[in-house]
Amino acid sequence: MDTITVSIKEKAGSFAENKDVARELRIKHIIPALKKNKTVVIDFSDVTGATQSFMHALISDTIRKFGEEVFDKLRFKNCSPLVKEVVTIVAEYMQEF
Amino acid sequence: MKVFLSYSDYLRNFEVFLRAFDPSESNKLIILTHDKWVNVHPVVLAIIAALGSKIGSENITIEKITATSGHYLSRMGLFKMLGKKSPYSIKEHEPAGRFIPITQIKSPEEQSQFVTEMIPLLHLKPNQADSIKYIVGELVRNVLEHARTKDGAFVAAQYYHHTNMVRLGICDAGVGIRKTINYSWHAPTDLDAIKLALTPGITGTTRREGGTGENVGAGLFFIKSMAMVARDYFVLYSGTGLYKLIKRDKRTKGFPRLHADPQDDKHSDTNDAPKFPGTVVGIDISLDQTSEFRVLLAAIRDVFIKAVRERKKARYKKPIFI
Repeated sequence: MDTITVSIKEKAGSFAENKDVARELRIKHIIPALKKNKTVVIDFSDVTGATQSFMHALISDTIRKFGEEVFDKLRFKNCSPLVKEVVTIVAEYMQEF
Repeated sequence: MKVFLSYSDYLRNFEVFLRAFDPSESNKLIILTHDKWVNVHPVVLAIIAALGSKIGSENITIEKITATSGHYLSRMGLFKMLGKKSPYSIKEHEPAGRFIPITQIKSPEEQSQFVTEMIPLLHLKPNQADSIKYIVGELVRNVLEHARTKDGAFVAAQYYHHTNMVRLGICDAGVGIRKTINYSWHAPTDLDAIKLALTPGITGTTRREGGTGENVGAGLFFIKSMAMVARDYFVLYSGTGLYKLIKRDKRTKGFPRLHADPQDDKHSDTNDAPKFPGTVVGIDISLDQTSEFRVLLAAIRDVFIKAVRERKKARYKKPIFI
């Protein structure tokens, strides 16, 4: 299966809070890859934390567009405990809507 | 406009500062100070910077400062930000100082740079940095996205060693919360708008549950909840509305109950504050947290999701029984 990797540190730095960067990663990389049925690995190596707003801008629209099945195609790699928590926050509340 | 800087302008006394704030004659700003001692929360400095940004240096008067601690205002960059000559000669970048002078942030790139640079300036350890970066990241972004002002956000902060606390102020002179919330909701007063903005899942960008691709209405709720758990002060002021979280009882054991409805938190509020042209957020962030930051976020997550679920349930079509 085709896989692409999106590196967060490269674009967003070691603390991910720039929503414009998140939006760009989502529109230019994550969603096009998902549309082609690829697996998307979002790599949080060397990222110590993220704001909920950043994570929302990064992944909420993918959940809304593709439904909960999108989690079969997304992988969150090398997440710190804090990043893992923020991913979980967004993943959970978006499935409530 | 007139402001008076006293000797105890902390968040717990924020109403005292407001009583002396006169927003009339908005084309000029007069800054008065206590004659003996000036001691202000960084949010007060951010407020003055935001007010000054609208009118130009030539319309700002700083009455002669006689307070012994007046040099603090210079160290925090007040004169520089207002385009005024400081009467003090201050050594910049004093290593002993643990503060962020008033900084204007007008773009996401400036925000990212600020978030990176502020931690060493406050001399914080890496494990203390997460909560500060989170709060600044969320609050500054709110200004850049919602305030609709080219002047951006004015931020100031100070670390207090004896209480192991960061005091942070973020202010803008934009359109105010009521205008942004009323794009999608109906808030008859500034205070109503503030309470909506503090409600999980409410964003001015849309009425749709789940928000937009960029906003879901969680930022302020998360930050208010952080302050509540840590027994810190939190102030949100916009237009004539003011909401101030009050410290919960020290005797409360265990993890406090978090509330989705800001009305249910221990707080004071008013819709009769002097009319502020923009939005002010002041927060004290205790670094003595007994819970890890991520554990705190997990607890807030649970309340957020429950609130969203309940709101969704309230909109279910009800069966008709005949």
